Amino acid sequence: MGVKLLLEKAHVEGIRHYDVYRREGGYRAVEKALKTMSPDAITEEVKKSGLRGRGGAGFPAGMKWSFLAKPEGVPRHLVCNADESEPGTFKDRYLMEFLPHLLIEGLIIASYALGSNATYIYIRGEYAWIPDILERAIAEAKANGWLGKNILGTGFDCEIYVQRGAGAYICGEETALIESLEGKRGNPRIKPPFPAVKGVWDRPTVVNNVETLAAVGPIINIGGEEYAKIGVGRSTGTKLISACGNINKPGVYEIDMTISVEEFIYSDEYCGGIKNGKKLKACIPGGSSVPILPANLLLKTAKGDTRLMNYESLADGGFATGSSMGSGGFIVLDEDQCVVKHTYTLARFYRHESCGQCSPCREGTGWMEKILKNIEMGKGKMSDIDLLWDIQRKIEGNTICPLGDAAAWPVAAAIRHFRDEFEWHINNPQECLTRNYGLAHYADPIHVPTTA
Amino acid sequence: MIQFSEQKLAKVQEIIARYPQGKQKSALIPVLHLAQEEYGWLSAETMDYVASLLQIEPIEVYEVATFYSMFNLKPVGKFLFEVCQTGPCMISGSDDIVDYIKQRLGISVGETTPDGMFTLKTVECLGACGYAPMMQLGKHYKEHLTKERVDTIIEECRKNAGVLN
Ligand SMILES: Cc1cc2nc3c(=O)[nH]c(=O)nc-3n(C[C@H](O)[C@H](O)[C@H](O)COP(=O)(O)O)c2cc1C
Ligand code: SF4
Ligand code: FES
Repeated sequence: MGVKLLLEKAHVEGIRHYDVYRREGGYRAVEKALKTMSPDAITEEVKKSGLRGRGGAGFPAGMKWSFLAKPEGVPRHLVCNADESEPGTFKDRYLMEFLPHLLIEGLIIASYALGSNATYIYIRGEYAWIPDILERAIAEAKANGWLGKNILGTGFDCEIYVQRGAGAYICGEETALIESLEGKRGNPRIKPPFPAVKGVWDRPTVVNNVETLAAVGPIINIGGEEYAKIGVGRSTGTKLISACGNINKPGVYEIDMTISVEEFIYSDEYCGGIKNGKKLKACIPGGSSVPILPANLLLKTAKGDTRLMNYESLADGGFATGSSMGSGGFIVLDEDQCVVKHTYTLARFYRHESCGQCSPCREGTGWMEKILKNIEMGKGKMSDIDLLWDIQRKIEGNTICPLGDAAAWPVAAAIRHFRDEFEWHINNPQECLTRNYGLAHYADPIHVPTTA
Repeated sequence: MIQFSEQKLAKVQEIIARYPQGKQKSALIPVLHLAQEEYGWLSAETMDYVASLLQIEPIEVYEVATFYSMFNLKPVGKFLFEVCQTGPCMISGSDDIVDYIKQRLGISVGETTPDGMFTLKTVECLGACGYAPMMQLGKHYKEHLTKERVDTIIEECRKNAGVLN
């Protein structure tokens, strides 16, 4: 069993409620931080921990906090990104639903470190029952003196508010989230200025993911250095992985980033193997935006090393032969699944979610969806594959926000690794309607050239 | 006439108080949720009312209401089945669930049953991928859907609406 920092107490009966949470050692971190540490010392501790943003980009959290502008007399804000809409990702929901006080502890400490007197949790609108859970926990924290005015006699005031979105993946992008929080359409802003300088209501703002902020309490409890000892390299601490698809035990798992992908998929502690005794065909290891990998490249890198569940190893080989940790949304496809159809659903998702501001993204996502649908329905032409490749290349890097890239990458990776499956669809327009291409050679050992 | 109850109006004031002075527009999405809970969908009249509550222009409300997929701009059935069909749900059998609901209710995606009871919609990932196939029904998620579970849900809805089969 690996180290558990976030989910250690997840199964304690009643942990959602203050009394139980407190009895189990909760709010010790807030006490320690507010009574014995300065705001800057907290930021230092988070820097030392090596904690990287868990929302997808993996940017070091402590560094982000140190960039926050602090002009005299201008209020600053912390915003917790609970928009969680990347297909495959459902870990933040788990934290908020079952361990709301863990998040609130992190929010209080981070608010103190950043000087945010009004902190907002922006949660996707569809998680409609979770605000009640969070608001109850916030009220409990307040009733016990952890929120409100002059917390623990430090002179620090803080309120936490929960704000629901209303169905828009793009509002997970931090500047779109800020627009939405201001009561506008979720159109991403052109950067710079960055939120650290001009965020919500033009005030300096830090936006962090739920899991990032939930990790702050444990970091203060054990110390940044101890936290950094867990894991490997720049993948410090623990990471939540939400595993789904054709596996025996879908769910949210906390890993310490030293285990192999193979162990994660097949061990009973985690996914418990592929469902119905089927074979593994492919996997998207970090949420729908990251490249899909065939089984052979998933389990071993192109160099032949065992691939591990951490930032560096998942990305080994770049986008040519690797993928990315992303948001930790781990989607497993068995031998019966069709990569063309799966990619089509993702293209449809991105077309639906494009905010429409930039033409490469607005038009490109629509085209990709249409072409993929045609191929899936047995109406594709061979030239469509190159056309798809061309469209995704024209989107990537040419848009205001990274949604364009996020839409391009899954299509690029599917063609890169599964081109023969696309060709088979086009060459067998009838057969592809009644059966799938299957496992093909995607799980064969990778040919590693031996040096003479 | 659109008019919130005293209780709802107090809630609106409580929400506005979360933001700095003069930034009451930030309350727009939460207040639209309140309105939709009350009326089931957002008519032009409702949106104009929300604009007046927040002292903003009606166009600012329309812009937002049309952007977010959760806001219904036309009436929907008493029970809205929103079945997720994105990749992870698709590979877990969501197509079969959509087909089954269509057959059971005798409607296509996007339609409402003639009695105004059920509307079927397909939606994109709802953050329940590990508990697929799934759908949203009002404030809650119905997960691990099977044909039997769909039957039960439909029955429960009918019962809750006080209508006999
Ligand atoms: C299209 C798009 C969607 C995103 N969705 C989310 C999301 O749902 N949750 C999240 O935490 N970050 C999301 N992000 C990343 C945020 O922009 C931002 O980097 C993150 O909230 C920063 O927090 P972190 O540093 O703690 O990860 C998204 C980014 C893009 C481009
Ligand atoms: S890349 Fe797409 S989602 Fe992002 S701003 Fe442009 S159109 Fe909007
Ligand atoms: S794909 Fe259906 S809930 Fe995520």
